[in-house]
Amino acid sequence: MSALPILELVGLHKAYGSLEVLRGIDLRVFPGEMVCVIGPSGSGKSSMLRCCNRLESFQSGQIMVGDADISRADVDINAVRQHIGMVFQQFNLYPHLTALGNVTLALRKVQGKTRAEADRLGMAALERVGLADKAQAHPAQLSGGQQQRVGIARAIVLQPKIILFDEPTSALDPETVGEVLKVMRQLRENGMTMLVVTHEMGFARAAADRVIFMDGGVIVEEGPPAEVFGAPKHDRTRAFLARYTGGHE
Amino acid sequence: MDGLDRFLHTFFNAEVAARYWPDIIAGMGVTAGVGILVSVTGLVLGLALAILRALQQPWLSLPIVAFVDIMRALPPLIVIIIFFFAFPLIGLSMSALTATWLSLSLVLAAYAEECIWGGMLSLPRGQWEAARSTGLTWWQTMTSVILPQAARIAVPPLTNRVIAISKNVALGSVVALSEVLNNAHSATSNAGNPTPLTMAAAAYLVIFIPVILAARRLESRWQWKV
Ligand SMILES: Nc1ncnc2c1ncn2[C@@H]1O[C@H](COP(=O)(O)OP(=O)(O)OP(=O)(O)O)[C@@H](O)[C@H]1O
Ligand SMILES: [Mg+2]
Repeated sequence: MSALPILELVGLHKAYGSLEVLRGIDLRVFPGEMVCVIGPSGSGKSSMLRCCNRLESFQSGQIMVGDADISRADVDINAVRQHIGMVFQQFNLYPHLTALGNVTLALRKVQGKTRAEADRLGMAALERVGLADKAQAHPAQLSGGQQQRVGIARAIVLQPKIILFDEPTSALDPETVGEVLKVMRQLRENGMTMLVVTHEMGFARAAADRVIFMDGGVIVEEGPPAEVFGAPKHDRTRAFLARYTGGHE
Repeated sequence: MDGLDRFLHTFFNAEVAARYWPDIIAGMGVTAGVGILVSVTGLVLGLALAILRALQQPWLSLPIVAFVDIMRALPPLIVIIIFFFAFPLIGLSMSALTATWLSLSLVLAAYAEECIWGGMLSLPRGQWEAARSTGLTWWQTMTSVILPQAARIAVPPLTNRVIAISKNVALGSVVALSEVLNNAHSATSNAGNPTPLTMAAAAYLVIFIPVILAARRLESRWQWKV
């Protein structure tokens, strides 16, 4: 990979009380890459993601977002968060705002854009996820897949350097999973950098540039999807994939 | 005099009504005025306490919870009596109006804090996380995401509380506040006829029916848009 990493984790350790959930994570994500993180429940995938924008604190290690070291106490975390989008499993849309209101809130409150300017950018973002016609709908009026696409629009409207996805399709009905994955593929084609925790093995295999397998708070194995899925090096990876794919791999 | 005449003469005596209506009107003004003052002060204070509690600093939360629990446990009458009769002993004298206003405001603040805090607590953590992840500060998240939702949840119990506490302005009579019930009571004694009490009842309806209707409209307007 060329250039400098957009996101770099060095020796990341995190514990909840005495429970160590991340035990030395080293990871770099480069511009334009889509990295998928897979692994069993409780392996620390969400915790790792949430450290990257400091929704969770961590005990030791370093996280660099571009040239900002977010482990430093004096970092302007709200400024850095403008550059890291996050998409949640439960969408977490604001129910009292319209789709457009959801997408434009940070533009207006954080970036100080006028309503007209924010609306223009917000509509463009909704357009990209195919929901321009739902701009005035409230989240309760949208299907799960549509809500998650609004969630993605809320992230991309800030033009982040990277977007973190935490199981973006796990709360969706099977029939709406596809529309969300399609939007993610389009983002990737347009060069968006993405770190995606997912249980959609088919998607990871087809769309990822790199796959990370986590277990027990460490990265056990990483590589191109063809290698990790086709010829896993570690027993733990093999055992995990066998459970997910019915042992055909 | 037959029964109906006697009833009308006792409770709807035109002569008595003509003599005492200025007292009743004056009392209505006091009741409505203090009621509005108490509602505004109590709601603003309750909102402020709920926001402070959301900072989740034990040195703030503990006194707030203690205040709220004490104010909800004490009958408002006792709070008024303490303010009016006990505080002068430590050099804090106040008028009947101030004592009633302060006491009822603090009681309402306690209930309002609980309603609004409850609304905040019922929101999923993800609301905070989504807002903070887009760079909103704690305060921006509070004002743009949390409070608008918590307020909607809190409005129905709050309107009930506001109505209940405003009726409690009548408790001010214990410290001789010239509110409508107190005036009506004096007038009844002076006239030897309970017509002023009938007038007081009418006065309450005139004051509170609009409030109740407004509350009902507010509640239905603040329902979720689906
Ligand atoms: N806020 C918390 N407090 C205490 N323990 C937590 C907290 N959040 C997560 N944990 C624990 O940390 C461990 C890792 O959790 P994490 O959510 O990172 O796993 P995950 O890989 O995302 O799992 P899943 O696939 O189920 O989402 C788990 O054992 C979990 O119970
Ligand atoms: Mg998780």
